[in-house]
Amino acid sequence: MTLRHRGFLSATAGMLVLALVASTSAAPSGQPIRVGGTLALTGPLAATSLVHKIAGEIFVEQLNKKNGLLGRPVEWVLLDDQSKPDLARTLYEKLITVDKVDLLIGPYATGAIMSAMAVAQRHDKALFHHTFGIPHLAKYERQFPTWAIGPEPARTFPNLLFDALAASAKPPKTVAIVTSKFPSVHFMSVGAREVAAKRGLREALYLEFEFGNRDFGAIAARVRDANPDFLWMGAIGLEGNGLLEALKKLDYTPKIHFYLYPAPGPLALAPEGKYALSTTVFEEHPPFTASPVAAEYVKLFRERAAKAGMPYQSADTQAGSSYAAWQIMEAAVTATKSLDDKTLAQWLRSNRVDTIIGKVRFDGPNNYGDDLSKIKQVQDGKWVVVWPKEFAAPGARLIVP
Amino acid sequence: MPSLTLLGQSLVSGLFIGGLYGLLGLGLGLSWGLLRLINLSHFALVLLGAYLTYQLAGTAGMNPFLTPLLIVPGFFLLGVVLQWAFDFFRVNEFSSLLVTFGITVVIESVIQWVWTADFRRLETPYATLSVRAGPLFLPVTEMVMLLVATALSLLTWAWLRFTWVGKGMRASVEDPDIAAAFGVSPRRLALLLSGVGAAYAGVAGTFVALVYTLAPSQIYGWIGVVFAVVILGGLGNPLGPLVAGIGIGISESLTMAVAEPSWAPLVSFTLLILVLVLRPDRI
Repeated sequence: MTLRHRGFLSATAGMLVLALVASTSAAPSGQPIRVGGTLALTGPLAATSLVHKIAGEIFVEQLNKKNGLLGRPVEWVLLDDQSKPDLARTLYEKLITVDKVDLLIGPYATGAIMSAMAVAQRHDKALFHHTFGIPHLAKYERQFPTWAIGPEPARTFPNLLFDALAASAKPPKTVAIVTSKFPSVHFMSVGAREVAAKRGLREALYLEFEFGNRDFGAIAARVRDANPDFLWMGAIGLEGNGLLEALKKLDYTPKIHFYLYPAPGPLALAPEGKYALSTTVFEEHPPFTASPVAAEYVKLFRERAAKAGMPYQSADTQAGSSYAAWQIMEAAVTATKSLDDKTLAQWLRSNRVDTIIGKVRFDGPNNYGDDLSKIKQVQDGKWVVVWPKEFAAPGARLIVP
Repeated sequence: MPSLTLLGQSLVSGLFIGGLYGLLGLGLGLSWGLLRLINLSHFALVLLGAYLTYQLAGTAGMNPFLTPLLIVPGFFLLGVVLQWAFDFFRVNEFSSLLVTFGITVVIESVIQWVWTADFRRLETPYATLSVRAGPLFLPVTEMVMLLVATALSLLTWAWLRFTWVGKGMRASVEDPDIAAAFGVSPRRLALLLSGVGAAYAGVAGTFVALVYTLAPSQIYGWIGVVFAVVILGGLGNPLGPLVAGIGIGISESLTMAVAEPSWAPLVSFTLLILVLVLRPDRI
């Protein structure tokens, strides 16, 4: 074979490879697959919903840059439920009956997901949702929770937390449980109270306050009086910051302190938030970012969050769960080559799905699988996972001051 | 049995939160009592003032206690413009609820557009600064807030009671025709009062930014309790909201100290229901 022939063959082979590559990553074509959902783009839940919006936009863009779903482009029909579960119900009805979307993705948060679930059930649609907080209320067989907290988080999570504390340098002997009456928070705090009692911790204080409470002065005074070894704050949003700031004004720093569902940015960045503990299923450090998909997502999320003007740009549990919900939807559609809700639901209940938050399954009670929760802590102004040890950030360990 | 320190600290906490209630209720009560407008947008102006304080102090590096120097004149003008629009469109007491709710939604959207829905915290050395008085801790920002609320309430009371403008305003409310016969122009006085009310919202906003983490939906957080404060304090009475605010703040705080914190909101609304039942003439 002459050099000329070799050159021709090489060029032909090269073109064939290029053509093959081009065909596998061809731009999706045809009628778009419409995925419908709402988010609380306005109202009290808007701060967290912005995280879900960014996550969804990144995923849909990535999907369309590849081959879409089943070779078709994907269109996200996103409506604003204004943080109102009753409005979410109406909008999901509209998405199904008027917009005729092919697939449903969940709203944020628990109340709105409950509303969407009822509508999905009425129309036999599968619902993929991100962060539902009360597993025992998720009765619909075609709902698929991404936030892997297991079917009994009020038992499993406090045990995980108390295991971590028991393994620390100063295991607590007394506990104060201060909790918001927000439904998805309250039952977890009641569970923590029971688990603490079973594990022999003495209850120094138990308090409940109304969701939306703004004056934490008197509650802080009671916490200071009780002076527990460990403070469990059943907090959602800014309630944790409210209590910590009030404690600081009394010149009191809690010894070991935990916040259930805090606003992660304000708590991590506040000086009083030092060594605060919380729960997570995803943080932006190894081993979570070991996969290229997760690493790329974290990078994109940070860029988009900065562009959106968000002061705190870390991709954490909400961002991780949100992206994972889309991954689950994609996995089911790709594996079954179908958009049929029944087919998707059957496949999901008998298969595990690899996501950036870990491998999730839906074959347990109410389609819940393993509790993938981890314990994270504010260290040097950042959240890092400290427990279980195999998920801890490189070099990080639980610090008990 | 709660300790004396706990009771004392809760009393202090209630006193200070009462100062905030009073400050929030001052402009609202004046507008409701003297202009017969239930101005829900007052809460939106408070939050707008808070975000402007955040911007001026957090980004531009201004001392947060000096930000009212810039915010107050702007808000005064805004209040004047709003009152002019209410007059122009003949907004009455009932329709003012709807109109000002609409304005509130618009302001909320503007805030979210400019500062996003994410939380904003003004980090200042004053935020958690306290002085010690025996076993009690007195947070400095809240102390200043109570002093400002008291000073503004007293000055407004004196202004309405002793000045020609104040007397004219009260006369306009009681009998507009007779007041007009004496040369009082209710329209001009309404513009002035609305400007003053909006300026008070700006001042309250500065303290909200100093004490709380901000989010656009916070607008609605105080509506219930501040309405209770205004009604309990008496519409148009500049000292009433402060007194009622302190009363409610202390009651809530002591309830949190000796019983369940979740019972605290019951206190303000039970007091409100009692007043409405026993003294319906207060509205």
